[in-house]
Amino acid sequence: MLGKLTIDALPFYSWVAMGGAVVTVLGGLAVAATIMRLGVRYTWSEWLTTVDHKRIGIMYIMLALVMLLRGFADAIMMRAQQAVAFNSDGYLPPDHFDQIFSSHGTIMIFFMAMPFLSGLMNLVVPQQIGARDVAFPFMNSVSLWLSAAGAGLVLISLVIGTFSTAGWTGYPPYSGLEYSPDVGVDYWIWAVLIAGVGSTLTGINFIVTILKRRAPGMTLMRMPLFTWTAFCTSVLMTFAFPALTVACALLALDRTFGMHFFTNTGGGNPMNYINLFWMWGHPEVYILILPAFGIFSEVVATFSRKRLFGYASLVLATASIAILSFTVWLHHFFTMGAGANVNAVFGIATMVIAVPTGVKVFDWLFTMFRGRIEFHPSMLWTLGFIVSFVIGGMTGVLLALPPADYLMHNSVFLVAHFHNMIIPGVLFGYFAGYMYWFPKAFGFKLNEQWGKRSFWCWVIGFYLAFMPLYVLGFMGMPRRMEHYNAPEWQPYLIVAMLGVCIILLGIVCMIVQIMVSIRQRNKALDLTGDPWNGRTLEWLTSSPAAPYNFAVLPEVCDRDAFHDMKVHGIAYRRPARYEDIEMPKSTAAGVLLGAFAFLLGFAMIWHIWWLAIASALAAAATLIARGCNDDTEYVLPASEVQRIEDGRYEVMASIVRAGATEGEPVAARKPSLERAT
Amino acid sequence: MQHENAETGHGLSPYITGLVLALILTAIPFALVATGLLPKPATLSAIMAAAVVQILVHLRYFLHLDLKSTPRENLLALLFAAVLIFFMVGGTFWIMVDLHHRMMM
Repeated sequence: MLGKLTIDALPFYSWVAMGGAVVTVLGGLAVAATIMRLGVRYTWSEWLTTVDHKRIGIMYIMLALVMLLRGFADAIMMRAQQAVAFNSDGYLPPDHFDQIFSSHGTIMIFFMAMPFLSGLMNLVVPQQIGARDVAFPFMNSVSLWLSAAGAGLVLISLVIGTFSTAGWTGYPPYSGLEYSPDVGVDYWIWAVLIAGVGSTLTGINFIVTILKRRAPGMTLMRMPLFTWTAFCTSVLMTFAFPALTVACALLALDRTFGMHFFTNTGGGNPMNYINLFWMWGHPEVYILILPAFGIFSEVVATFSRKRLFGYASLVLATASIAILSFTVWLHHFFTMGAGANVNAVFGIATMVIAVPTGVKVFDWLFTMFRGRIEFHPSMLWTLGFIVSFVIGGMTGVLLALPPADYLMHNSVFLVAHFHNMIIPGVLFGYFAGYMYWFPKAFGFKLNEQWGKRSFWCWVIGFYLAFMPLYVLGFMGMPRRMEHYNAPEWQPYLIVAMLGVCIILLGIVCMIVQIMVSIRQRNKALDLTGDPWNGRTLEWLTSSPAAPYNFAVLPEVCDRDAFHDMKVHGIAYRRPARYEDIEMPKSTAAGVLLGAFAFLLGFAMIWHIWWLAIASALAAAATLIARGCNDDTEYVLPASEVQRIEDGRYEVMASIVRAGATEGEPVAARKPSLERAT
Repeated sequence: MQHENAETGHGLSPYITGLVLALILTAIPFALVATGLLPKPATLSAIMAAAVVQILVHLRYFLHLDLKSTPRENLLALLFAAVLIFFMVGGTFWIMVDLHHRMMM
């Protein structure tokens, strides 16, 4: 009846594991309590079933932040173990330590970075291109709930059963049935499979949105840079994720149905798994970093009060990185034994990617040159990124040399390198975007003081945590060590532990920032929709934007469309009349599909066949029912649009009046407002 | 259904043709493997050929792509996909064949 699931699956084997389970259960209860407090009905009708890209974006980012905490807990546990595990067992048994590094990587890539990036794209891209929603709002909701289903599987593995010990890459033969007979690898496979399908759908959705839904006048070369990077990322997602889906599906067939794609016996070849995995894995690196590049480009132009330097070169660099990212995957397994020619070609291709990336760095520097730089936290994240990312880039070029890679592969030098790309590059970028676009999502600004404190903790903590790992890598320390007997390593590992503690302070600062900002939100309200004197179209809408974003689709005449409108005094011109707007209806199909996918995954992991068949049928039935439903849109009448817009113009007019008496800076920045009202 | 057909100008028949062709192209590899009619290398080549033809059938009959009526930019997108697939499949062959030789399998 319950397949392999028995009472032994509960984590009574160690106190650390039980603690993790208790925290997870308490977290689940806290979410349930929050939903109760908000009202089940409200949460269901306004959030869970919504197809509004802005709310989907917010939920994606909430998921990402929760998973960031979980992934960080893994990180600090590993650092604590390695700081004490010289000639001792430390406090974590080897099997548990292996689960922790596996879940850390899996969570941070698939369930922190991917939802964060999908969330930011959802929140911003439609507004930035002057659209009312994404091209396929329902599919968007499906993507969200598939990601959430995958995240749910990872979280529940902490309570029921164990997680994979095969690392976040799950290489066979170790991840095969012969060496990993328990459910850990199955949890990993199904979490990644389900979330991966969601990401593929997101990619398709945003390609179509960006190609087909741009406002009149917005040619490709007038698209804001974040939209460009979101577009290239979507292309990468669409083409790269199927490789991961195939690799994981074949591994699942091996494990669940006794097939032999990647076994050492029976005709399989584990090396092809590694090949397929990195065929996705390398583009994935650029899937993560390109939107961050886009965010930095927006932030640096806005807070330098200048037009972005070298727009065309940034677009070309983005596009060439996107294509080149498909030609370098072998550098993740130089040491697997390919010949010198193969290694050399992929090594050179890897070094070539550094060129467009370098172009971008110079473009950002020249944008700042002679600008009136404002040190908003988003700008600090950008500056911290530029300096730190270059270091990571250089160690990357070093590792791109196959002979050097033979010496440093599988050492903590590599760990330091990719964290150096992903923390200052990806994560700082997303944090910059989070603090930059927060007012657009919620209508008030985040506290800058706590944002700056968080930045300094993160950047100092990052250097303390990862620079010692470069040194340790040169000293020959392999990655993923549960304990060691080299006394000279320990001081460096203790410094790294201190660094992680400082990063923890950075996270605490972020939590305080949210709490302080919510409490003092009335002092930091963004009534105009344009808190930073922005340059791109998303700042034209109100904050938070109306359900339809734009009452009248904007006409784009320049690259920095909104800035151009403000210069010409037409940004806030009131239209003569409004028209009815067709809006997508909320639907429960998305969240139901997510729930069925979760059940399907859970059933496949524990071999509960009846549940697997039932949930697959239920998912198919939901999809067919949704497909047969022709009543998926409603009309927002022009009078309602008028009422919402009138309210907004009234608020803006009152700011201008108040500004005239009190000398509010916001009014001084907006000469166009007076003409508009 | 009626409405959509009027919009895109496709009747039911291309879908049926496509479905039949797809079924035949799926049946051939299964039959070859089940009966062991051909030697192994020939079977593998036949499966690959059937797969490629199947892709073309999907593009032609389900996605209604052809060289005349499809807009240029859609074909360009397809070309782009072809380039990426060439990288992936070609690269995989190169890597795996090279490994195969070096392991003297």
